[in-house]
This record gives sequence, structure tokens and C-alpha cells, in this order.
Amino acid sequence: MDFLTYSFIFLLSMFLGIELIRKVPAQLHTPLMSGSNAISGISLIGAMTAVAIAGDSTVALILAGFAVAFGMINVVGGYLVTDRMLAMFKHKG
Amino acid sequence: MEFIATILFLFAGVCFIMGLKMLSKSETARKGNMVSAAGMTTAAIGTLVWIIAKHGGHIEATTIIWIVVGMIAGTVVGIPAAKLVKMTAMPEMVALFNGFGGIASLLVGWSELQRYWVEHAQIAKVTDAATEVMGALAEPITEAAKEAAQMPAASAISIFLAVLIGGVTFTGSVVAFLKLSERMKSAPMLYPGQQVVNALLLVVLLACGTWIAIDPTAIIPLYLAIVLSFVLGVACVIPIGGGDMPVVISLLNSYSGLAACAAGFAVNNVLLIITGALVGASGIILTRIMCIAMNRSLGNVLFSGFGAADTGGGATGDGEKREAKVLTPDKAYFMLEAAQKVIFVPGYGMAVAQAQHAVKELANLMEANGTEVQFVVHPVAGRMPGHMNVLLAEADVPYEALAELDDVNPTMELVDVAIVLGANDVVNPLALEEGNPISGMPIAEVQRAKTVFTMKRSLASGYAGIANPLFYLDNNYMVLGDAKKTLQALIDEFKSDD
Repeated sequence: MDFLTYSFIFLLSMFLGIELIRKVPAQLHTPLMSGSNAISGISLIGAMTAVAIAGDSTVALILAGFAVAFGMINVVGGYLVTDRMLAMFKHKG
Repeated sequence: MEFIATILFLFAGVCFIMGLKMLSKSETARKGNMVSAAGMTTAAIGTLVWIIAKHGGHIEATTIIWIVVGMIAGTVVGIPAAKLVKMTAMPEMVALFNGFGGIASLLVGWSELQRYWVEHAQIAKVTDAATEVMGALAEPITEAAKEAAQMPAASAISIFLAVLIGGVTFTGSVVAFLKLSERMKSAPMLYPGQQVVNALLLVVLLACGTWIAIDPTAIIPLYLAIVLSFVLGVACVIPIGGGDMPVVISLLNSYSGLAACAAGFAVNNVLLIITGALVGASGIILTRIMCIAMNRSLGNVLFSGFGAADTGGGATGDGEKREAKVLTPDKAYFMLEAAQKVIFVPGYGMAVAQAQHAVKELANLMEANGTEVQFVVHPVAGRMPGHMNVLLAEADVPYEALAELDDVNPTMELVDVAIVLGANDVVNPLALEEGNPISGMPIAEVQRAKTVFTMKRSLASGYAGIANPLFYLDNNYMVLGDAKKTLQALIDEFKSDD
């Protein structure tokens, strides 16, 4: 696929994102932010790919390996924190 | 094999879209987060399948070791950080996680260029050897090989953007973390020519980007871009004060999505592009909501150094020395005991004093006493979007007891006691007048309630740096001191009465 196709996908996804969460109640602002923050850990997938294609470059491999670790912190931490918050919202007095 | 990977990616993409949609409704939010987590797991598995497919059915030991070790390291850090963090420290923890996502994108871009340099050098070696042996005859082949290996400008630009946005997200988030956790002064830091310096930084960065696009083998612009993007991230967040952090956090969240997106362009991964764009969009929406709640433009939040000019507390413009009435908890108790309807307006002070449990206990006692109790949450109260909601939820305050500004303002006259709990600017009646920094900001109009109790540590002005005339109104009483202790004193009064 070429750059133009990617750009189309990017733009359409932005619009989709805006439509998806146009109306969000105030009490969900934090969980939504934290949840989408966890999703931004998707760079983990980019990092895994970078490890696999690093080839003969040791530097590239090391950098990508660290990227996997950082991405993983974002993913694991982000989802757990969000779940902790949402679990609290569930219990009603 | 590659087909299976594609299907898994598609499934992951659908999970993220469904997950975000469910996250924006209170009944489905928790499930939505799990759906999105399932999407992330699927995406990781899909990537492994894709890697195996790319390597003709097997996977190299170094690859798997680096991926597994990286994942374990990330998990070992991530789980305790998420499990142990206190609810009051949630804003800074989210900021820090966000920063890690940013640095991951930067590293992906950097790694991609390093790989390209090595590959480029290898091809150059081969073509040089060919030229040596075959002379001019080799030229068509070597030229074709060089051209095929040449990185397209679009890829080079994507890599640059992943580095730039990722770097800004990382250091910006770290500064936000330091400010929120009070390891650094949360007041805006300003110096003369600040915006000129920032603009210059951006210009040099764009020059680096152009250089990389023209010659992806150039080493200097990449390293310069990494360093300068770090500097830019710091420079962008230091002039923004603590009270504007809800906007900054949502904006940085948006950036981390866009950085992932750029990394997706760099490594040709559609899932990264889609998902990064979804996060980017959600961050932009939250940023907009926060700005509207303060009646300020995004530009004003980012560049004005709002609240830097502290005019000091207590002083009133007309020189007339007014006095605020101070009330002790035992007197406050008698008024609360007789009240029919009470509202709480929590602010950052409640988070600092960790008073959410005490306030809930007091609310319970008052309800048992036949009083109607509501909590009024201003959208930008606290240090992160919806900060107060999280703390009140931790203390088991039910949804039904929460009210938004529009629910209570029209009937404020019916409120017997409005308790302002560590909030200031969001109840400042000056917002209803023209010609001051908070003009036009929607507020909880507690000044129209029959009585107001303001629980605060001192008479100092709020984040906006302007005095609050509410404190000097006839129907307002200051209950000075630590909010938690004050609430505890009130709770004791209620209990001793029974």
C-alpha cells in the first residue's frame, strides 16, 4: 500500500474517533482518557515489528527492544489503572 | 500465514473501536476497557504471526528474546505501578504512562533509521564491489539496486514525525508528572522571549525534518531532532500552570496517539495508523471539552502563562478592607443540622487533603438526618479531566448524588448550605462579570445559595491569581483549616448528637 492510501485511512480514522466519543459524560472523562492512553500503547506493535526487521543493526535491535518495554508499561499499566477506576464506579452506595 | 495476521489485525481494530465506544457510556465502560485490552492482546499475537510469516515460517532466537524480555520488563514495571498508585496520585500516573507510550514511538522511529543506515551501507559495499569487478558495465545494476534500497521521502518524514511527536510527548508528560506530583513547582514558569525560543526550536526541528527527508542517511539531523524534541516537550509544558493540567494531559494523550500513528506510517502498519488516529481524536475531543469548561481557547491555555501573576489573597481593588466571616465547626454543625438541602462543591483542595472519604461520611450522616445532599462537579475541578468524579467514586458516592452545573444553578436559591470544599475559581462570582481573566467561565453559582461554607486553608486567591469576592459576601462563612480535619470535626459533632 502506498502513502496516499495510508493517509486516507488516517483521516477516516480521525473522523471515526471523533464520532465515537463525541458525547461523553463528565464522570467518564478520566477513565476515557486513561483507557485511550492504554490504547496508545499500540506503539508496542510497532516496536515488536521494529525488533523483527532490525536485521543486522544491533543498535536498531536494542532501541526496538527498549521500545517494546516502554510500550508494554504503557499497555499493562494503562489498562490496569483504567480497570481499577472503572471498578470503583461500579460499586454504588 | 500473513492472511491470518491480517485477520487478527482486523479483529484488533474492531475491538479498539467497540472498546472506545463502550468506554464513553457509564453502563458499558468497564467492559469496553476489557474489549480494548482483548484487542491489544490480539494485535500482539497478530504481530508475532506476521513476524513468523515474514521470516518464512520460523522466528529468530534474537527476535523472540528481545520481544519477550522487553515485554516482561514492561509488565514487571507496569503492574505494580498501576496496582499500588493511590487514587489521589492518579493524574500523575496517567501522565507518566502516557510519556512511556511517547518514548516507545520515538524509539521505533529511531530504530527504523538505524536499520536503514546499516542496510544502506551494506548495499553500498556490494555495489562498490560490483563496480570494482565489472567497471562501467555494472552501472545499470548498481544504480537499480541503490534506487530500490532508497528510502522514500514519505517514510523518512514519518520517521521524523514519530521522533518529534514521541519526544515531545515523553518529556512533556514527564514535566506534567513532576508538576502534578509536586516534585516541581506547579506555577507557570515564564521568561522573556519564551515564545521566540519555542518558535526557533520548532523552526530548527522542521529544518532537521527536511534534511532527513532529503537524505535519510544523514546522522546529524536525527540526533539533533531527538535532543530538540525533548527540549521542546519541556519548553511547552513549563509555562502551563497546575490548574490547566486537565487540558495539557488530554492534549499530550492526543499527541501520544499521533506519535503511534507516525510510527505506523514509518513501519507500514495500518493497525498502528488506525488506532493511533482513534486515540489522537479522543484526546482532541477531551481537550476541547476542557477548554469550553473554562471558556478559554486552546491557544490561551498553552501560551498565556495563565495565573502566573499572583495578585495575592484578600486584597480588593477598591482599597476598602473587607472582612470575611469565620465560622468554627461546632457552629457550622448547627446550621447543617437544620438544613434541608446541602450541596458540596469539591475542588483540588479535596484531593490534596484526601478528604473524599470524610466528605462521604458526613454526607451519609446528613442524609440520615433527613437532609438532601448533592455533589456538584465542575468539569475542570482538580488536575485531570473528571478528577473529582474519580475521587468521589473511590469514596462510594453514587452516580445519582452527582450533579452538573446546569442541574443545580437554576435552583441554587433553594440550597440551604453550599459547602465549597477546596475549590476556588470554579465558584468565583467574578466569572459572571466582564473584564477579568475568568470572565465567562461557567461556575457553580453558590453565591445565590442561602448560606455558603468555604472550607479552605487560607484566604489566598485561587489558581487564576484573582481574589474571590465570594469570601466577603454576607451569606458566606469561612471554615479555615485542613479540609479533612474540619470535616472530621463536623462528623464528630453529628455523631455525638445521636
